[in-house]
This record gives sequence, C-alpha cells and structure tokens, in this order.
Amino acid sequence: MRGRLLRSRTVHGFLFTAPLLALFAAFVIYPMSLGVWYALDADAYRALFSDPIFRQTVVNTLWYVGVAVNLKLVLALLLSGILDYPFRWIRLLAALFLIPWAIPALPGILSFRWMLNSQWGIFNYLLTVFGLPSVPWLAQYWTALGAVMVFHIWKYLPFWTIIFLAGRRAIPNELYEAAAIDGASGVQNFWHVTFPLLRNLYLICTLLSMVFTLGDFTVPWLMTGGAPGDSTHVLATLAYRYTFTMGRLEWGMATFAVALPATLGFIAMLLRWVKI
Amino acid sequence: MNRARHSRTLQIWLSVVALVMLAWTLFPVYYMLLLSFTPTNDLFRPGLYVDHPTVRNYVYTMGQDNPFVRYFWHQISNSLVIAVWAMVVVAAIAALGSFAMARINFRFRRFVSGLTLFTYVIPSSFLSIPFFRMMADYDLIDTKLAVVLAMVTFASPYALWVLSDYARSLPPELEEAGAIDGAGTFATFLYLYLPLIRPPLIAIGTYAFLYAWNEYLYALLLLTGEPRITLPVAMGNFLTTDNAPWNLLMAVSTVYSIPPVVLYYVFKRYLVSGLVSGAVSGT
Repeated sequence: MRGRLLRSRTVHGFLFTAPLLALFAAFVIYPMSLGVWYALDADAYRALFSDPIFRQTVVNTLWYVGVAVNLKLVLALLLSGILDYPFRWIRLLAALFLIPWAIPALPGILSFRWMLNSQWGIFNYLLTVFGLPSVPWLAQYWTALGAVMVFHIWKYLPFWTIIFLAGRRAIPNELYEAAAIDGASGVQNFWHVTFPLLRNLYLICTLLSMVFTLGDFTVPWLMTGGAPGDSTHVLATLAYRYTFTMGRLEWGMATFAVALPATLGFIAMLLRWVKI
Repeated sequence: MNRARHSRTLQIWLSVVALVMLAWTLFPVYYMLLLSFTPTNDLFRPGLYVDHPTVRNYVYTMGQDNPFVRYFWHQISNSLVIAVWAMVVVAAIAALGSFAMARINFRFRRFVSGLTLFTYVIPSSFLSIPFFRMMADYDLIDTKLAVVLAMVTFASPYALWVLSDYARSLPPELEEAGAIDGAGTFATFLYLYLPLIRPPLIAIGTYAFLYAWNEYLYALLLLTGEPRITLPVAMGNFLTTDNAPWNLLMAVSTVYSIPPVVLYYVFKRYLVSGLVSGAVSGT
C-alpha cells in the first residue's frame, strides 16, 4: 500500500512536471551539449587567444561585470535606505524611480545614443554652451565603454533597489529600537544592524546580477555595436560577430565556452544558497 | 523641538538626493518624449525643450507613412502575438509544474528544482547560437514558433518559482477536500488548485508577456524580413543607416514602451516579490 502510494506520487510528480522537463531537455540541455560539442575545437581557442579583439573583449567584459554591476549594487543598497524613510513624498519618488525598470532596454538605449551624438546630442550642446570642448562620446574607447556601463546602471538600478528595500523591510524594527537605546548613529545602524542582516541577500544579488550581465547582448550591441573599431565588444556581441558576420560558428561557441567555467561556478554557489 | 529640527535637516538632505535621483532617472525618458514631438526641421538644433511640438511623428507611425515604419502594424502585431503565446504557454506549464513542486512530494523534485534554477540563471545568450542552429535544422527560422519556444523556455523558471512559492502557502486541506470528493489528482488540480492560484497566475502571465515583448536577441536571430520581424528588431535596424529619422524612431519607441510601463506599474508587487522571497527564504 505504502509502496504503491509512493509510486503513484512519483508518477504524478513526473506527469505534472513533464512539460517543463521536456522544454528544458529540448531547449536547454540539448543546445548546451550542442554548443559544448562545437566548442570542443582546439583550433578555435588558438584562433581566439591570438585575436587581439578577443583579448580586448575579455577585458571589457570584466569591466562590465566587475565594475558596472558592483557599482550598481552598492548604489542600490544605499538608495534603498533613502526609499525606506517613512515620508509620504518618498512613495512618489519610489514610483518615479522605477520608470527605467519598466521601460524596455531598447528605447532607453536609443535615447542615450541620441543624447551622446557628437554633433547633435544634448550633452555636447550643453558642453559648448558652457564653453567646453565637445566629446566624441561613442567614437572613443573609454567614453563608449562608459556609456554601456552607465546605461546598465540607469536601467537596472531601480530593480535591485526595490529588492534591497524589501530586504530592509524584512528586518524587525526592534533591532533598530535596541540600537537607538544604545545611542547608535545612522552609520552605526547601517554597519551593525542593516548590513549584517542584508549580507546574504546582497551576495546572492551580486552573483545573480553578475551572471545575467556576463551574457548581456542587447545593451552593448545597441549602444556601441562594438564600435569604435571592434574595441568595445563584450562576449555576447563578439560571439555574434564571429558567428553571423564572419561565419565562424565554432569561434562563437568557443567565446561562450570561455565564460562557462565561471558561470557554472556562480551557479554552483547559487544552488547552495537558493531553494525553489 | 530638537527632534523637529533634526527631521527638517534630514528632509532637506533627502530632497537634495531625491532631486538628483529624479533628474538621473527621468531625463532620458523626457528626452525620448521630447524628441518624439520634435519636427524634423528642429531635430538638428538640440535643446532642453521644443519650440514647435508636433504629433506628426506619431501620425506617420500610425499611418505607416515613412519607409522606416512601412510595416509598423505588422511588426507590433508580431510582437503581440509572440508575447501572448508566451504568456499562455508559460502560465500552463508553470501551473502544472508548480502543483507538483508545491503539493506532491515526489522523488525527482530536487532534480527538477535544480534544473529550473540552472535555466533561470544561465544567460540566455549563451544558448542562442546552438538554439539558432537547432531551429535552422528543423526549418523553423522565420517562424513565430521558434521565438515563442525560446521565450517559454527562459520565462518558465521564474514563473514556476513564483507559483510554487505561493502554492506552498495554501492549506493542506486542499488535497483532503479533493480526496473526500473522490477526485483524482488531475481533477484536484483543475477544480481546486487552479482557481486558488489565479492571482499569481495572472502576475506570471504578465511577466512572460513582458519578457517576450522586451526580447531583442532571439527575435533578431530567428526572424528576418521586414514584415516578419518584431518591433524591437525593426527599431534596432534603424541604427544601421546613417540618416535614421530619430524623431520618428522616438515616436515608435514611445508607443513600444507604453504596454510594458502600464503592466509593470499594475503588477509591480507581484513581479518583484517572487525573487525577493526566493532569495530571502533561501538564506
């Protein structure tokens, strides 16, 4: 009887998750194996590592994932403190602050691109109004890469701020009351109450955001498209260029394969912390 | 007295930060709207406001009255059809899956949840090239089905996550009531479970709709030809020409942004709570 119940549970569990499993098998596991299969090509890696554009791309990706993501999350953590103040107008501020999150990336990027246009953009117009020389924002390496990073922060800061805000609201008020009795200042509150309790959430968010950003295609592709002179590619845009512009599928796959160990490491860490 | 003054300085400081935040957040949006109301004659005279605002860009867009927006209605309906299919299929798959994950203690549960998290986390672009190859092998390039399949795959994990989380909070009497009525597992799912999870189901349907509506990479790879591409792909194609009509492009951008902005504000609470509870309860 007990054995039959267990068996029927297993059968039902399997039946109800079958569509999901079929989907993952067909469109995650299979393409993944296909990709790894294509990427098992020593010549491709030799070609990649002797390509200066690839080496530049790895550096750019590290900047993007290392600097933009962490700057964004530090800002999100601090701003979530601002949105946590109980004044009524803060609610309006929070609602308006969410707009970049709600707008798809593409219109935002287009707006940024026109603002940064070297001839007719508003930034260079304002610079000349103040008598400063204009800057070819998207036509030189650092400002172009900077534009990608700034846009990333603009678009995704609100989302993570809301996540941290929810984390802050989950902290029991008694802890702050106890700290107030001890005469703690705002900064001490942050370091001794808020941060220790948000640390795990902060770490998980950092990992998640890093993995997501590691594969980002839309923002760098539409902001710079690798320009000037293929200097601002990230992994995903370079893989696209290898595969579809140059017709080198195995190079494209190898580009992603280079990031796979790091990605799997991130995922392993997440699996230990997050449960579904 | 002292406390009131403290609160006032605090409010002043906060308002300064708030002003910076608002300028940073709203300026690109304002600029997009400004440009969409700019006549072509004024496009090359930058400024913080427009002297002679016009709705002509919207009229051209709606009337498909410019080579760049010749297929506007085709493209927006492609976006819409793909997003609606993604919404329906994700809702169905996640509803079934969440019932198993939350209400049945079956043997492979940990395996399913690991695979789900893996799919959620792995960047979708990593799978894009083999996915493209697969679709080419099956002759599905240039079909909406190919894009829908990709969107369903990548939107399902989060949907499953949110639904399972909600379903776990339902009382255990659910199955007992089903058992008393002599209902089988599937009848319990259909008549007792589904009506109860309606609120999060609507939310994750919205999430899947927006995920597909916002998608750029997979639509770019899998669709070709002006009448068959989605709106964001068409907008990206504007950029390949030197003489793109930016004011028109911004009018298209504004129209394209309206559905997600409305849906995000309506369903804001649901769209973040899943991730938060997942992350917080996981620690």
